[in-house]
Amino acid sequence: MSTGHRPIVDGGELTGPVVDGGGPSNRVGGAGDAPVTLPIDESSTAGGADVRSGGRPRVRPCGDTALLVELDGVEGVLALYEALAADPPPGVTDLLPAARTLLVRFDRPARREAIISAVTRARPSGSRRAAGGEIVIPVVYQGADLADVAALTGLSPREVIDTHTRATWTVAFSGFAPGFGYLIGGDPRLHVPRRTESRVRVPAGAVALAAGYTAVYPRESPGGWQIIGRTELAVWNLAADPPALLRPGMRVRFVEAAPGEGRHG
Amino acid sequence: MAERSATRWLEVLATGPMVTVQDLGRPGRGDLGVGRSGAADQAAFRLANRLLANPEDAAALEVTLGGLQVRARGDLLVALSGAPCPATVADSAGRTRGAGHQAVEVLPDGATLRLGVPRRGLRTYVAVRGGLDVPMVLGSRATDVMAGLGPERPARGAMLPVGPPPARFPHVDLAPVTPFYAGEPVLDVLAGPRDDWFVPGALELLCSEPYEVTVDSNRVGMRLRGPGLARARDGELPPEGMVPGALQVPPSGQPTLFLADHPVTGGYPVIAVVRTPDVDRAAQVRPGQRVRFRLVRA
Repeated sequence: MSTGHRPIVDGGELTGPVVDGGGPSNRVGGAGDAPVTLPIDESSTAGGADVRSGGRPRVRPCGDTALLVELDGVEGVLALYEALAADPPPGVTDLLPAARTLLVRFDRPARREAIISAVTRARPSGSRRAAGGEIVIPVVYQGADLADVAALTGLSPREVIDTHTRATWTVAFSGFAPGFGYLIGGDPRLHVPRRTESRVRVPAGAVALAAGYTAVYPRESPGGWQIIGRTELAVWNLAADPPALLRPGMRVRFVEAAPGEGRHG
Repeated sequence: MAERSATRWLEVLATGPMVTVQDLGRPGRGDLGVGRSGAADQAAFRLANRLLANPEDAAALEVTLGGLQVRARGDLLVALSGAPCPATVADSAGRTRGAGHQAVEVLPDGATLRLGVPRRGLRTYVAVRGGLDVPMVLGSRATDVMAGLGPERPARGAMLPVGPPPARFPHVDLAPVTPFYAGEPVLDVLAGPRDDWFVPGALELLCSEPYEVTVDSNRVGMRLRGPGLARARDGELPPEGMVPGALQVPPSGQPTLFLADHPVTGGYPVIAVVRTPDVDRAAQVRPGQRVRFRLVRA
């Protein structure tokens, strides 16, 4: 019986600690822009709409107090997330967006039918407005993996930095650790795999790339992403409400900072 | 602030293998990557609080495999629930008596409560009338071992402040004990959300033979050993939200049953989810013990 911190998250085949900065274990690979064949779900209770025709959500069962709503992609997930968050059906306790799904948790099994109908009735806005405006993150691009990323992408380190700062990123979802946001929307050329070996310790503020995402490590933790820089901006602050700076739906831009800049701000 | 205003404390003399402060967790923050956490066996946790006329979410100690020793600083009322431990109360004069399970027990100033090792079950709750008034983290006093969130772990010598007693008084002195920890507990599961990732018959296989709970088990989840569940498709599942009770199946085919501190998202398919009341029962199954699954409809 291990009673301490050794987590047993997915990644059961790994040796040693498997909370690994790579995100929900090492399963992030392929979660980016890789096409995923959506399965036909016979148990769908959401009217059996053809997801290919208009991206109507399909509902999968997930125990007695949750439903997993499947959508075409991140934009659809975020639109439904924001529509339901703005007007939560009675009894909903958690809305958890992910790459292609929105998990809706509720307080008791009897809510199930009402929540299915609320999900299917929800009319997400076609043109999402960025939640909370745009966050600007100053980064000193001197990460330990910057040269590796350049080699992997065929870009120069300067071009990696320019490509990273040029994009407007969107927080797609959170996971791996509190406040760890998975940002999408970057140039496909920045699509690099995770490091072959994870680091035991990645500092808070590390700015990293993997599997088409970029992220800022909210706290010191193990991690397997390619580190290209570091920010002094706190993306996780327990004293703040909400404690996470980067929340699903937000737009993010990175700007290059000189070493030492803003360190005491 | 809590410490300054407290007039009564629980002094920790020994912790045993593992003790955490828990309440009913911090729902509503999954979208920030913060899991719910809270008591692993919520039914037992709530019962201990109800016995003391506390609000059901008052913070209490979750004790894994007994071994806890605490001393009352000020007159306290306590209740034990969950895994039944042999327990004693020794007053400041050294007189010792047995302490009941699921019963309201007086712990006078200076008295010491000692828990032995439970013969059945895994997690015992020690609730105090007034609740443990340790500082909240993100609106909860729950300890999330996966995320590293929550109050400081109670260590030997810690003084845990006790909150003011609620206005209502306890109605009963004890609650009947349901012995459900023996043998092979049967846990009800609902199919999905990703049962279609597995070969036909995988769900039936899951529910045909017992699975052993391995030592790779903690508040995050329980790794199980039993019939392997083969996938019908290759490829990777994009990360998606997880729930307590989820039976997540990595490529080995051996499922993990997620408990209170499960990761908020996961990338392996979930073949079935244990019904909420049975997640509490699962949290009491010890490593080496076996469980069976039974497929039910929502």
